[in-house]
Amino acid sequence: MERIPILRMGRALLVTIQIDLQDQVALALQDDLSSMIERTGANGVLIDISALEIVDSFVGRMLASISGIAAVLDATVVVVGMQPAVAITLVELGLSLEGVRTALNVERGMAVLAADDRNQID
Amino acid sequence: MALLGERDIVMCRQTVRKLTQQVKFSLVDQTKMITAASELSRNTVVYGGGGEMRWEIVHEGLRTGLRLAFEDKGPGIPDVDLALTDGWTSGSGMGVGLSGSRRLVNDFHIRTAVGEGTCVTVTRWK
Repeated sequence: MERIPILRMGRALLVTIQIDLQDQVALALQDDLSSMIERTGANGVLIDISALEIVDSFVGRMLASISGIAAVLDATVVVVGMQPAVAITLVELGLSLEGVRTALNVERGMAVLAADDRNQID
Repeated sequence: MALLGERDIVMCRQTVRKLTQQVKFSLVDQTKMITAASELSRNTVVYGGGGEMRWEIVHEGLRTGLRLAFEDKGPGIPDVDLALTDGWTSGSGMGVGLSGSRRLVNDFHIRTAVGEGTCVTVTRWK
C-alpha cells in the first residue's frame, strides 16, 4: 500500500497529498500523523490538498478526525490549497469540516501556525 | 464496471472523470459528479457488499447528460426516507453519502428491496 510522506519543517509537519486517495491510505495517514506528532513534538501540521480533485465524505471525515486528534496532542492542523470547485462541492454535499482550520495556500497556512506558536509562548 | 473493493472506488472516480470530460462538463460540474460517484460507489462496496456501475451518455432534446447507475445485490435499505436524511448513518460514515450525493446531481432515483439489493441512478445535465 502507498503511504503519504510526512515532512518535518522546524516545529511543523508538512503533508502534501498528491495521489487519488484510497480509503486505507487516508486511514494510514491519520495513524502516521498522530505518531509523528508524538515523536517529533510538532505543534503544527500543514496538509496541502491543492492536488486533490475531489474531497468526498471519507476524506472529509479523515481531515476532521486528524484535526481532532492533533488538537488533543496539542498541535494545530491547517488544511491548505483547497480548489474552489472542491469547496463548492463540499458545501453542497453537506460537509462543514467542523473544527478544521483552513488557509488559502501554504504560505498563509504557515502564517497561521506561526501566529499560534507566538501565542503559546506568550 | 465491477465495484468489489476500495481500489474500484478510485477506478470509478477516474472513469467518471473521463466521462464528464467527454461530455464537456464544466470543472465544477465534473467535481460534483465525481464526488457523487465516489460516495455512491463506496455505498455499493461497503454497504451493498459489492456490485457494479453502469454509465450512459444521454441526450434529451438539446441537452446532454451523464447517467450513472450503481447496483448491488446487498441487504437493501429498509427505510429509504430515513437513509436520505442528512446525518443519518447505518455505519461509521458521516451520514451525508446518499443525501449529499442527491444534491450534487440533477436527477436521483433509488430502487431498493430488503434482501434483494439497491440500485441508485443519478443524472447530471450539462
